[in-house]
Amino acid sequence: LNPKVSAFQRRFVGEVRRCEEMEKTFTFLQQELRGAGRALGPCPEEPRAPLAREALRVQEQSEQLAQELREVSRNRASLRGRLRELRQYLHVLREGQRFTSLPAPLGSPPRARALSDREPILDPSLHQHLDRKINFVAGVIHPWRVSAFERLLWRACRGYLVASFVEMPEPMEDPATGETITWVIFLISYWGEQIGQKIRKISDCFHCHVYPYPESEASRADTMNGLHSQIQDLSVVLEETEQYLAQVLDKVVLALPTWRVQVQKMKAIYLVLNQCSFDVTEKCLIAEVWCPVRDLTQVQEALRQGSYKSGSSVECFVQRIPTSESPPTLIRTNKFTAGFQSIVDAYGVASYQEVNPAPYAIITFPFIFAIMFGDVGHGLLMFLFALWMVLCENSPSLRQASNEIWQTFFEGRYLILLMGAFSIYTGFIYNECFSKATVIFPSAWSVATMANHSSWSSAYLATHPSLTLDPNVTGVFRGPYPFGIDPIWSLATNHLNFLNSFKMKMSVVLGIVHMGFGVLLGVFNHVHFRQRHRLVLEFLPEMVFLLALFGYLVFLIFYKWIKFSAADSRLAPSILIHFIDMFLFTSNAGNLPLYRGQVPVQTVLVVLALASVPVLLLGTPLYLRCRRRAPRTGHHGPVATGDQEPLLEGQEAGNSVNATKEDVESGGHSPEAEHLDFAEIFMHQAIHTIEYCLGCVSNTASYLRLWALSLAHAQLSEVLWTMVMRNGFVRLSYAGGVVLVPVFAAFAVLTVAILLVMEGLSAFLHALRLHWVEFQNKFYVGAGYKLCPFAFAPDAGE
Amino acid sequence: MAYGGLTVPIIVMSVFWGVVGGVLPWLVPKGPNRGVINTMLVTCAVCCYLFWLIAILAQLNPLFGPQLSNETIWYLRYDWP
Repeated sequence: LNPKVSAFQRRFVGEVRRCEEMEKTFTFLQQELRGAGRALGPCPEEPRAPLAREALRVQEQSEQLAQELREVSRNRASLRGRLRELRQYLHVLREGQRFTSLPAPLGSPPRARALSDREPILDPSLHQHLDRKINFVAGVIHPWRVSAFERLLWRACRGYLVASFVEMPEPMEDPATGETITWVIFLISYWGEQIGQKIRKISDCFHCHVYPYPESEASRADTMNGLHSQIQDLSVVLEETEQYLAQVLDKVVLALPTWRVQVQKMKAIYLVLNQCSFDVTEKCLIAEVWCPVRDLTQVQEALRQGSYKSGSSVECFVQRIPTSESPPTLIRTNKFTAGFQSIVDAYGVASYQEVNPAPYAIITFPFIFAIMFGDVGHGLLMFLFALWMVLCENSPSLRQASNEIWQTFFEGRYLILLMGAFSIYTGFIYNECFSKATVIFPSAWSVATMANHSSWSSAYLATHPSLTLDPNVTGVFRGPYPFGIDPIWSLATNHLNFLNSFKMKMSVVLGIVHMGFGVLLGVFNHVHFRQRHRLVLEFLPEMVFLLALFGYLVFLIFYKWIKFSAADSRLAPSILIHFIDMFLFTSNAGNLPLYRGQVPVQTVLVVLALASVPVLLLGTPLYLRCRRRAPRTGHHGPVATGDQEPLLEGQEAGNSVNATKEDVESGGHSPEAEHLDFAEIFMHQAIHTIEYCLGCVSNTASYLRLWALSLAHAQLSEVLWTMVMRNGFVRLSYAGGVVLVPVFAAFAVLTVAILLVMEGLSAFLHALRLHWVEFQNKFYVGAGYKLCPFAFAPDAGE
Repeated sequence: MAYGGLTVPIIVMSVFWGVVGGVLPWLVPKGPNRGVINTMLVTCAVCCYLFWLIAILAQLNPLFGPQLSNETIWYLRYDWP
């Protein structure tokens, strides 16, 4: 409502910022939890959005906890660092003992351990011979730097030092990188002051930790004892610190989920409040909303309750105002219809109050899919998969999976269920179960009769690799198979000849019926928007055009099926050539007519269809123009805008806060606008006519994709059977049974991957295209926008 | 089973889908979903009946017969009635 006010000047910006700060604190707390390896549970119940003082309390508590956590973590880190240093020192002293102790040490055996690289160079006996004072530098160095360190020491202080290196018995953490490494302890004995300084500088360069190494045995032992007690104390303190940290983390785990939800709700509410504008007196907020008429009483109730709960003295109220904006579209769905509505909405949301194709799409979409997918076995697999999803739809593991592709399949589970069910039905009609035909009823074609009639002896059969059954012979063909396609066709080598003809005609018939149904749905629109003139001037010519040309084609198809049989198969006319000749007003001598008087009937139909085109083109614009010219006696426009009745008695209808005076008062059109309108209407109608007439032809051909995809599916499944599965049945021994297992595995994987997933997606896409383009462009406008009511979105985070 | 031509199947299927599309809608209990369920029943009946009808009419008067390999003929001659 306040588009002119910038985002930073809005009233509740401060509160929104506060919420964001709290969210930052929460993120920090969560990171700490994750670092400690704890998981955050989901929010147990649904907390309400907090009031202002509660929010303040939450903020204080969360900041206090964050502060405590930071301090304790810091303490712990420093304690651990100290402990590590002490332990390193202890090790240095202990290992150094071995190099500088007398032949009878205090516990460690004189034999060198396998760890040390070097023999103790400094022989204890030498100790007494040297007059000069020997100094020591002891420390710890990273194992990768040992050789470089040694080399540099040797080059720098040649001969005046003795260096020994040994690995530390236990690995310790590197403070910089955090990984555990086995450090190397070194002990350098030197004499001379300068050498000592050089050594210390070199050790600094190599980032070694240098520890003071006491000279005498006794002081070393003292230091070691001191270190031991220090380490023990420190470990105790560290343990206590860790316990305290665990307690703080426990508190966080308890409180954090609720706080997060509360703050999220608060933020959402403030964002919406920011969109309202203030009254002139700066005392109340005004918001303009779209609300369904049916829910008005609920809204009033909610406002009353809200005022009561927040304890304010003035009540909130609702008032209807007129507007010239077009309202949003709201279509209420349940969990079953939501999937179908979403595929319709994906193309375009229905304009306000126009007819919704979704209830019909619930059945026609899976049906058209099934025509392209028809196979009992594959349909059954799809149906069972969807059934499992539907039966387990309430399990949380299915609902909250993070995989997006799985979520898409799960949202469409009812769609897949119906697609599978219809595929089973069309699979029975096509008589295909994993590409094999089932003989539910005995086949109508009798091979025995044909063999007896034509005396096909075994010798004759041996010389002729393929023979055709002739339906002209009595008894060979006994009648149509009662349910679906005869199973003999799946054994025939010329089965595609028959199936192609059948499927092509089926696609054309179903396409024309689908499109005719689309045109019929337009009637609902015309009646609802009270544009009855469009019934006569648009619907009638459209129907005449469609039925005169393509309805007649359907009639020809059925007529030829019923009237022409094998007896006159040699002279059977071609429907396609008749259809083309109909348009060109010619005739072909070789193509016999289907019935007597065909040519005049066809001429009449073509003339009728051509006559309906100018009616469609000029009818509506001329009618609208004549009506505008007629004296206006309180004629209301065809589309009803918002109601003007006040919601509560005794209140006048107000106006929108943003509407200006001119908007409210401009009612009819000025004469110039009228002229412009006519050109626009005429242009619109011309486009519609061309689109419709040309579209009829091209869309009918487009429905042939039903044939194409079902042929592809049938051929693919046949290939999979003959080239994969059948090889498992070649050997009829026990070895063959073993071979069958991997062959079946390959067959199953390929069936699921190619036939179910790939073909399924392909057929889905084509069915969608047929609905969106060929069906919906006969009546659907789809220029609306959805009603997006305010709702607390569920936490999509961790 | 003796083939009854077109009459038996067409009567059975017409009655079946007629019941589904014409009788069941009256039996659906009143509720918010009644309209959708009725639409579904009628659309389903029309679609499935039309599809079956096309399949059986296409085979009513075949203009040519199936071409079989000699192995198939050897087998079917004695196996199928």
